Amino acid sequence: MSGRLLPFRRSPTRAVASGPAGFSSGPRDVPRRAEPAGAAAPFPRPSEAPRFRELIAPHIDAAYSLARYLARDAAAAEDIAQEALLKAFRNIDALRGEEVKPWLMAIVRNAYFDWRRRDNGRTVTGPAAEVAMAETPTEDTSAEDALIRQGDVAALRRAIETIPEPFREALVLRDLEELSYRDVAKVTGVPMGTVMSRLARARRMLGERMGVMEATA
Amino acid sequence: MSACPDKELLLHALVDGELDAGNVLALEAHVATCAGCAAELAAIREVKAQLKAAPLAYTAPQSLLDRLDAALTEAETPPAPLGRRGVRAETWVLSGTGAAIAASVALLAIIPTGASLQLELVDAQARSLEATHLVDVQTSDRHTVKPWFNGKVDFAPPVVDLAAQGYPLVGGRLDRVDGKRVAALVFHRQAHVINLFIWPGDAAAAPSLQQKDGYNLIRWGQGGLVFWAVSDCDPAALTGFQKDFAAATK
Repeated sequence: MSGRLLPFRRSPTRAVASGPAGFSSGPRDVPRRAEPAGAAAPFPRPSEAPRFRELIAPHIDAAYSLARYLARDAAAAEDIAQEALLKAFRNIDALRGEEVKPWLMAIVRNAYFDWRRRDNGRTVTGPAAEVAMAETPTEDTSAEDALIRQGDVAALRRAIETIPEPFREALVLRDLEELSYRDVAKVTGVPMGTVMSRLARARRMLGERMGVMEATA
Repeated sequence: MSACPDKELLLHALVDGELDAGNVLALEAHVATCAGCAAELAAIREVKAQLKAAPLAYTAPQSLLDRLDAALTEAETPPAPLGRRGVRAETWVLSGTGAAIAASVALLAIIPTGASLQLELVDAQARSLEATHLVDVQTSDRHTVKPWFNGKVDFAPPVVDLAAQGYPLVGGRLDRVDGKRVAALVFHRQAHVINLFIWPGDAAAAPSLQQKDGYNLIRWGQGGLVFWAVSDCDPAALTGFQKDFAAATK
């Protein structure tokens, strides 16, 4: 599927759609992991749209949320989610008896890696807290941790964003999106034991900052 | 004090409900005699509880929905010069209610808004009965359903369980009607499903019963919200539901 333009790109609305990290229609020749089969259909047929609305629409929020936690940037997340959802639309034929949500989550994840490769480090993402932590470890984190202990949503989100990617991804898929271990393993392409240890690591990092877990296991 | 190193991952799996019955029993027996594992188990539960208590998952911004909608509409639309409104109604009808209605699609472009809204609601009801999309949050506990809508819609839909009146609450769902994000509560009436769609707006407080494609619809307004109850149960049962719901949420 290298070099193929997305059919939606010709729309006049594309001009509006291009965000700060907008996609160029460059060659797309990178092999994907967990790419759904059936990518042969070059254009979505009109008859697929209702199926898309039924099956995929309930998971649009989940797709955006995963993209947001992976990219840690609102504009990039929107582009990644849109790319993934349109890819899901084009490949909806491939969805036969599979569970929709894990299937879509895998596509979002691939779209994120595609974005990161294309972006090539130009977009600096991640919470300011991450920088603050590295530089002044005491005051800034203790103020932040106090917010976390009050259940402050923004602070908790920033705390999740500071978790290194493989652990963060496992936590978001399991604790926010409530996928089973088996599905998290399928989406992230690692054995279940790895999912379990990543999840435990991620929860420990959060647990320490919440003040409910000790630093060492 | 810390957990036994060989038990740590199992403790997480226990909290996540991922252990089989045999391992659950063995681990619970161990935890009963191991203070370190007991403390760790409590800590894991606490972390999970705090993650659950806060609405940490993001909701898609309207701009993303608009972009998707534009892309989908374009893909769905034959290159004929159709009016925007007509196209939209057509896509909704096709998504659920089948060929009989699709055949009359050409008429839709000239049906006024009220009728197409009814169609959308009937269609959303039909969609909800298919496969797995009846509820996003499945529980009869209104205290679970109500907070679930937090951050998903920008209003607070009233949630009550009417099991005592013969309309048990099944759960809640996000739906989209007329391009808006709306709350949908799902109730049972014997073998029938009642979808109650709720969004902010003005409507007469007096209920108005309507019929469309074999479904009954009741609209009413209450506290700055518009309610549409949609079901294939008989009109008397739906009227009773409206009365009970309105009375319970006054």
